[in-house]
Amino acid sequence: MSLGGYVVRRLLQLVPIALGVTILVFFLIHLVPGDPARTILGNQATTVRVKLLRHAWGLDRPLPVQYLKFMGRLLHGDLGTSLFYSVGAGRLVLQRLPVTLWLIGFGAVLAVAIAVPLSAFAATHRDRLPDHIVRAVPLVGLGFPPFWLGIVLLLTFGLNLGRLFPVGGYGSGFTGHLHSMFLPALTVALGIAPILIRSLRAGLLEVFEAEYITTARSKGLPERRVLIRHALRNAIVSTVSVLGVNIGYLVGGTLVIEQVYAIPGIGQLMINSIFERDFPVVQAVTLVFSVMVVLVYLATDVAHALLDPRVRFD
Amino acid sequence: MSEPLLRVTDLQVEFQLARGILRAVDGASFEVQPGEALGLVGESGSGKTMALRALVGLLPRTARIAGGSIEIDGEDIVRADESRRRELRGHSVSMIFQEPMTALNPVMRVGDQIAEGPLVRLGLTRRRARERAVELMRLVGIPDPLRRAEAYPHELSGGLRQRVMIAIALSSDPKLILCDEPTTALDVTIQDQILKLLRSLQERLGVTLVFVSHDLAVIAQTCSSVAVMYAGQVVETGRVEAVFREPRHPYTLGLLRSVPDFDLVHERLSSIPGAPPDLAAPPPGCRFHPRCSFAREDCIHGDFPLLQLEHARATACIHHDVCAEDVRREPVIADA
Amino acid sequence: MAAAATADALGEAIPVGQRRGFRGRWYRTPSFVAGVSILGTIVLLAVLAPLVTGFDPTYQDLNHTLQGPSWHHLLGTDDLGRDTWTRLVYGARTDLRVAFLAVLFPFTIGTVLGLFSGYYGGWVDSITSWFVNVVVAFPFYVLIIALVFALGSGTRNIYIAITLVGWVSYTRIIRGEVLVAKRRDYVLAARAGGLSDFRILFRHLLPNVITQAIVFAMSDIVLDILAIVTLGYLGLGVQPPTPDWGTMIAEGQTFLTTHWELSTIPGIAVVVTALGLSLLADGLADLLRPE
Repeated sequence: MSLGGYVVRRLLQLVPIALGVTILVFFLIHLVPGDPARTILGNQATTVRVKLLRHAWGLDRPLPVQYLKFMGRLLHGDLGTSLFYSVGAGRLVLQRLPVTLWLIGFGAVLAVAIAVPLSAFAATHRDRLPDHIVRAVPLVGLGFPPFWLGIVLLLTFGLNLGRLFPVGGYGSGFTGHLHSMFLPALTVALGIAPILIRSLRAGLLEVFEAEYITTARSKGLPERRVLIRHALRNAIVSTVSVLGVNIGYLVGGTLVIEQVYAIPGIGQLMINSIFERDFPVVQAVTLVFSVMVVLVYLATDVAHALLDPRVRFD
Repeated sequence: MSEPLLRVTDLQVEFQLARGILRAVDGASFEVQPGEALGLVGESGSGKTMALRALVGLLPRTARIAGGSIEIDGEDIVRADESRRRELRGHSVSMIFQEPMTALNPVMRVGDQIAEGPLVRLGLTRRRARERAVELMRLVGIPDPLRRAEAYPHELSGGLRQRVMIAIALSSDPKLILCDEPTTALDVTIQDQILKLLRSLQERLGVTLVFVSHDLAVIAQTCSSVAVMYAGQVVETGRVEAVFREPRHPYTLGLLRSVPDFDLVHERLSSIPGAPPDLAAPPPGCRFHPRCSFAREDCIHGDFPLLQLEHARATACIHHDVCAEDVRREPVIADA
Repeated sequence: MAAAATADALGEAIPVGQRRGFRGRWYRTPSFVAGVSILGTIVLLAVLAPLVTGFDPTYQDLNHTLQGPSWHHLLGTDDLGRDTWTRLVYGARTDLRVAFLAVLFPFTIGTVLGLFSGYYGGWVDSITSWFVNVVVAFPFYVLIIALVFALGSGTRNIYIAITLVGWVSYTRIIRGEVLVAKRRDYVLAARAGGLSDFRILFRHLLPNVITQAIVFAMSDIVLDILAIVTLGYLGLGVQPPTPDWGTMIAEGQTFLTTHWELSTIPGIAVVVTALGLSLLADGLADLLRPE
């Protein structure tokens, strides 16, 4: 089976999941105890006004019909209208999306830059001191609430120690972004680094101890070639998988970090909308987050298939 | 008699464990003449695999050669440094592993894996190395080699993968090929094919083989001489027919008697009572004496190095004549 | 629960007999002992809260706000004059209790679903897997927060939200273990003996596949504590005046420049508690692994 065939197959597999995602997002509103319309208008509102709003929202129709209308609008790119801002929820999300994407990208780069060298270092010095130190990192690190870590970093580098970085916001221009987003991205990166290190180290060790490495050595190949052509080439396969899965976790982490550093991304939008009871926006942001995660998983699978010939032959 | 291609003297291989040092090989000596096939036979834990790996310097991370000498073409590789050992690998000495699925790089085409040795070690051009790989695949009996060279290991059957391994072992023109139970992981029918292939390659190309196995029948089929290992030591050596017909060590005798379908005369099938010793704390004297039916007082103390007998035979048992007498009374192999 | 990424720690199913080694070995496993010690201390403090603290956690002494550590107030007071040490210990009570309980529901539901989908396969498995994949398509925190938003904040809804999202990891683990275990001889023998599916599932399969889930549950409690504390920080979790480490950190953030300890100390408490739990989880994993 070719690569193209594999991609098509994965896309087809995604369809029921995508449907499931939309159903879940749709049902979010209906989980709200009580009447969403009344919740918006408050207890003082008259029954008539409540009824009108329910009708305007189509809440008086049966659920499946509501869902179909929801999907219909969705496929036209209409993510609903913000109750607070009276503009399309989709537009609001799109405005703030680049900021969050910056954070995710920067965070992912930093996470890889931290985790990969450390895990490689630990794996090549197995059971010696560097390995023990690196293995302690996930043990302690997983207990750090990411937002608290953000506050500590903010305290140390933003407020003390010469005020190296701004304490929040997005900055302007590319370098401005780099500067403002460094601490938040670092926080995000440190949040998933422990998990990454643990998985990467295990994956690398598995490669290093593999029989085919012994075979390569038995050919009398120089150690450098064994390491690069055989060990690394296989290690990349598992590394890419691990990175992909953890990026999903990373994406969710940005939500809280945006709060800590007051970054105007979609995470902050979601939190604000929650407190303003702006249902459509919350729905829209949830959906967009999910789309991002699914895309990352898909990209990971494709990259994995590209790198590992065993995958395509299913 | 010419100089042996491989001479191992008093080899010792240790493992560093949490609970102390374990001698996986504790005094193994054997030699192989050029063009010959030596079988190294013993149960699991006898040290045969570690001895083999020591020959090519590919011991596991936690193990090391603690003593003895390994002379390949007169050169003691234990004294040599790692770069010299690396030079010898592939070009003078190569190895065939037991499980070809894990021993082949899963993300590299088999043709490239076979061509890698010639490319890097022999300095061939990419094209020539590829051509050589295809030739080798033909030599080891892989049908449609041009097409098969493009395949990945997981696309081939177990038998074909092992042939690929053999092709890799031959790729840099080695003088000595070490085989680590190459047929154990294969179906019986495929086993037979591979063994015949190894035999014919040996005869045609004149390579020397050291063949490790726990299966006496396989050794009998493939090798001309044999070294029997027990608890990290070589206890008997000699030509295969001689040793199997008239073993001169009780352990060898026990092994032979416990093989069910070995060509055979005797009705009762016995197995050796007891279990091999813990190599971290071996018994004093002869290591086999707790399980030996011929054991006497003098077996419990002292060292028991190999004694040279006549006709290129050696044994570590000081009561080997008692053993021989037992076989004469109750032969293992019928004279047919 | 949490990112499916953390649901990757899998080992072999252990036939029931081998678990008896536990009793003899637990005190010789350093990580287990360390974990129990740390966690035990914290739990003890939390349980004995009224005895080890001198104040009511909600009592506001507006004449003594934002004070530093002293004999009277061991860790000082916050902006409403509440004693930090007291709130810290009572916060441990709240967060630990909620975290431990919050693990139970996903554990139970996830395990049962995993058992059925692994054992029966077919459409049961397809549907369960579909649910799993849909939940996994959302970032963990996004889904939790969205659910808390929909249901409303407060402790009860925290349980519901965590359950709705967290069952996934258990199902995956148990399903994987069952797929392997159902080919083992003891299962085939049970089926050949005509035992009912129910009996096979719960009396034979379950004890052998559950160890991995138990080990995971320990690290899951850590993730739950983090989730609860995060929700508290965002204002969506445990509601004031009930003390909670997350809300303490949030309240302290306003005073970061002058009284940084208000935000820092509760965080340290979380880290230490999590460390104890992680050590415990590691130790447990070591102990339950066959020798």
